[in-house]
Amino acid sequence: MAAFNLTINNKSYAIEADPQMPLLWVIRDLAGLKGTKFGCGIAQCGACTIHLDGNPVRSCILPVSAGTGRKITTIEGISVNSDHPVQQAWIEEQVPQCGYCQSGQIMSAVALLKKTPKPTDAEIDTAMQGNICRCGTYQRIRKAIHRAAELHAGQSKKSF
Amino acid sequence: MKQPSSIDRRRFLKITGLTGASFIVGISFSQAEGAPEILNLSHVAGSFELTPYIIIESTGQITIMNPKPEMGQGTWQSIPALIAEELCVSPDQVTIKPTSGEAQIPGQSAGGSSSVRGSYDRLRKVGASAREMLIKAASDQWQVPAEECYAEEAKVYHKPSGKNIGYGELVEAASKLEVPKEPKLKDPSTFRILGKSMPRPDVPLKVNGQAVFGIDAEVPGMVYASVERCRVFGGKLLSYDDSEAMKVKGVQRVVKAERVLGKNRYESIAIVADNYWAALQGRKALKVQWDYQGNDQFNTAAYEQQLRELAKSDGVVAHNSGDFDGAFATAPVKLEALYETPVVAHATMEPMNCTAHWKEDNKVEVWVSCQGAGIIKRELSTVLGIPQDNIIPHILFNGGGFGRRLSADYATEAAMISKATGKPVKVIWTREDDIQLGPFRPMTFSAMKAGLNADGKTIAFQHKVISPSISATNNDKYDKTKADRSMTEGISDQQYEFPNMKNLYVFADIHIPMAPWRSVTSSTLAFAHECFIDEMAAKAGKDPLDYRLGLMTKDSDAKNVLLKLKEVSNWNKPLPKGRGRGVAQYEFFAGLCGQVVEVTKQTNGAIKVDNVFAVIDLGTVVNPDNVKAQVEGGIVMGLVAAVKDGIIFEKGASRQSNFNNNKMLRINEMPKVEVHILANGGPVIRGVGEPGLPPLAPALCNAIYAATGKRIRRLPIDLNKI
Ligand code: FES
Ligand code: FES
Repeated sequence: MAAFNLTINNKSYAIEADPQMPLLWVIRDLAGLKGTKFGCGIAQCGACTIHLDGNPVRSCILPVSAGTGRKITTIEGISVNSDHPVQQAWIEEQVPQCGYCQSGQIMSAVALLKKTPKPTDAEIDTAMQGNICRCGTYQRIRKAIHRAAELHAGQSKKSF
Repeated sequence: MKQPSSIDRRRFLKITGLTGASFIVGISFSQAEGAPEILNLSHVAGSFELTPYIIIESTGQITIMNPKPEMGQGTWQSIPALIAEELCVSPDQVTIKPTSGEAQIPGQSAGGSSSVRGSYDRLRKVGASAREMLIKAASDQWQVPAEECYAEEAKVYHKPSGKNIGYGELVEAASKLEVPKEPKLKDPSTFRILGKSMPRPDVPLKVNGQAVFGIDAEVPGMVYASVERCRVFGGKLLSYDDSEAMKVKGVQRVVKAERVLGKNRYESIAIVADNYWAALQGRKALKVQWDYQGNDQFNTAAYEQQLRELAKSDGVVAHNSGDFDGAFATAPVKLEALYETPVVAHATMEPMNCTAHWKEDNKVEVWVSCQGAGIIKRELSTVLGIPQDNIIPHILFNGGGFGRRLSADYATEAAMISKATGKPVKVIWTREDDIQLGPFRPMTFSAMKAGLNADGKTIAFQHKVISPSISATNNDKYDKTKADRSMTEGISDQQYEFPNMKNLYVFADIHIPMAPWRSVTSSTLAFAHECFIDEMAAKAGKDPLDYRLGLMTKDSDAKNVLLKLKEVSNWNKPLPKGRGRGVAQYEFFAGLCGQVVEVTKQTNGAIKVDNVFAVIDLGTVVNPDNVKAQVEGGIVMGLVAAVKDGIIFEKGASRQSNFNNNKMLRINEMPKVEVHILANGGPVIRGVGEPGLPPLAPALCNAIYAATGKRIRRLPIDLNKI
């Protein structure tokens, strides 16, 4: 056991945990943020995707120690009122079915759009390939990413 | 209004949590399910035989109870919509609450694509009854004829004067009224919700992390568990040593438990810890000795060889019309082929899990992703030996169901662990547990025969299914002398007019548990059936779609599906060399869908799936956009089962364990999908969740044949190596 100070969604958390405990379980069970999901535990499905300093990472294989001193963002920290262009586009296109993979999908999509505000289909393929959706919402995910790019272009905000 | 015999007002109030005046409308299922009686429950304050479907409080708060768990199939919208439409309230005026098995309502489960088609008339009548009572209450108060009043957006209006009054203010009066005998249903042309692509109310919760799935349940004082079970099916526990496991920081206890799945009982050892990570570490440190009982000799390759041998036997007759044997014997042109499909795992995105609390008074409360509150009550009661009334299920959003969550093995086991620990416990399966431990979709092999006459017309047809049986793996009393209906579903019900058809079933035993998997056996039988029809068309030298139409001289929904497919897929427009398209349709208990798949043979020889055109026939549609989503999803799941890893058993255990070796489709492999809906009314309402799946594999393989000349008779295939 060791003490860690984590900054999640701009809030700081004092955590007592085994240094090897993956960030996924720290975020879910110790910080109580349940939006980040467990799907495989071996970096294959993307359900546990979070941002570390803005970059998408698989929290199921990152030990808690890797999160200290970094800015951690989870699905709960993407916006205050679900009004991030990606969330809006996801609602417009009615993307989620069961919804279980969608936190991870959205985290990957937000990271993609941050770097590439107008992605091509090929860029979407590359960025989103790590996220499995068992319900098969891929066609809508693609549409929603294009739609989010449009929504963002129509807004005055500079970055995603 | 009939008073139900047993009334327990206190219990009822506890269930609904109501105080103050309210107006409650429900259905009694004390009679046969076919003739439910709609009841005003406001005063009788129901017993367990009653369901309050609509609760309107004097504050104006409207609650609609939803008995169909949401697992991605859209019942969070489509079921309340049936009531809301007739009640004349808009979706955003309504709170939706899942039922928790409060009453003994049949149908507190979702499966078989039956939620909407099974509730369509019944729930609309519940809504219409409440609306008529509210209108009556208002017209009585205003002393005007009820005919001069109408309802809209949770208010009753008096047309001549323009006065209006909210439902909340009518609660008191409406609750004293008789339920109308024949409530008048709305004319569909006036629908505001049904038949429209309404946004699903669960979607906003699923884009910000707020949707609560079973795995997200939090109960005060809760501990976590990970459970070790034998990977070899049928293994018995010899001994275990938990001394190292107990040394792991955070591990509290190691307890024995049992996983009960139908007739199968599997011993298990639970590591209970402060947190899930500690439980996992403890599990790694646990040492267990299993006695495999010889089951480690089992492997898929040998079993499949056995199925091929069994294919030569006669089996039992599932269908017999005309004289197949005579017609086949004398047919100038004969075709025979054996088709083979694999075992697959459900692999719901949310792994199995359950939080259970066995309390001192033998009451068991569970928080779980399951396909029905009714399933939890029934299974827990049977397995744990406590009355159903002692079981309180909380059904949360399911991160996928696909038939896996029609079982409750994970819940009964969690309850036992809670009992042994004396604390609420959350059990989470690893992905490896989830993929390796079943139950699985069974494989089916199909021995096909057809006899054609000299001008290519089919005169004899046979589909013989050789397979393990879902029910035999779960039920001790399986009757081997009868053709298993669920293992032969659909093969005798297609609209093809074969003058002589004899379908057979050959039962093959297996000790591994099997379960329904989205679209059940149609998910494999359609592949054999519809690829073989294609073989017959090729033999007859006919276009595959026209050949099918030629076998359907009578009008039918299936024929309309094919005609629509022909149009929307531009079937008659030739494709360039190296590209091909294939068609398939399949009708079964859940519904009817046809698809055309287009593929390209790339320069490196790999097959790319370009487009899928789908036509689904529903009769009546509740939410077109959701139907499209479901068909898109069915297509993806059908594609995964056709072109990705199946489950292969070696030494008695599944070789596949996680998404690295039990691969799923990824976004870069997604074809363009276009879905068309046929909903031209009529008496039949067909299902939505499953029918999109069965046609995919045969349409794909028929397209590969068109593009390459190669017939696929065994799944899965590797699209890179055709
Ligand atoms: S849970 Fe982390 S990638 Fe699957
Ligand atoms: S929406 Fe169910 S897994 Fe993606």
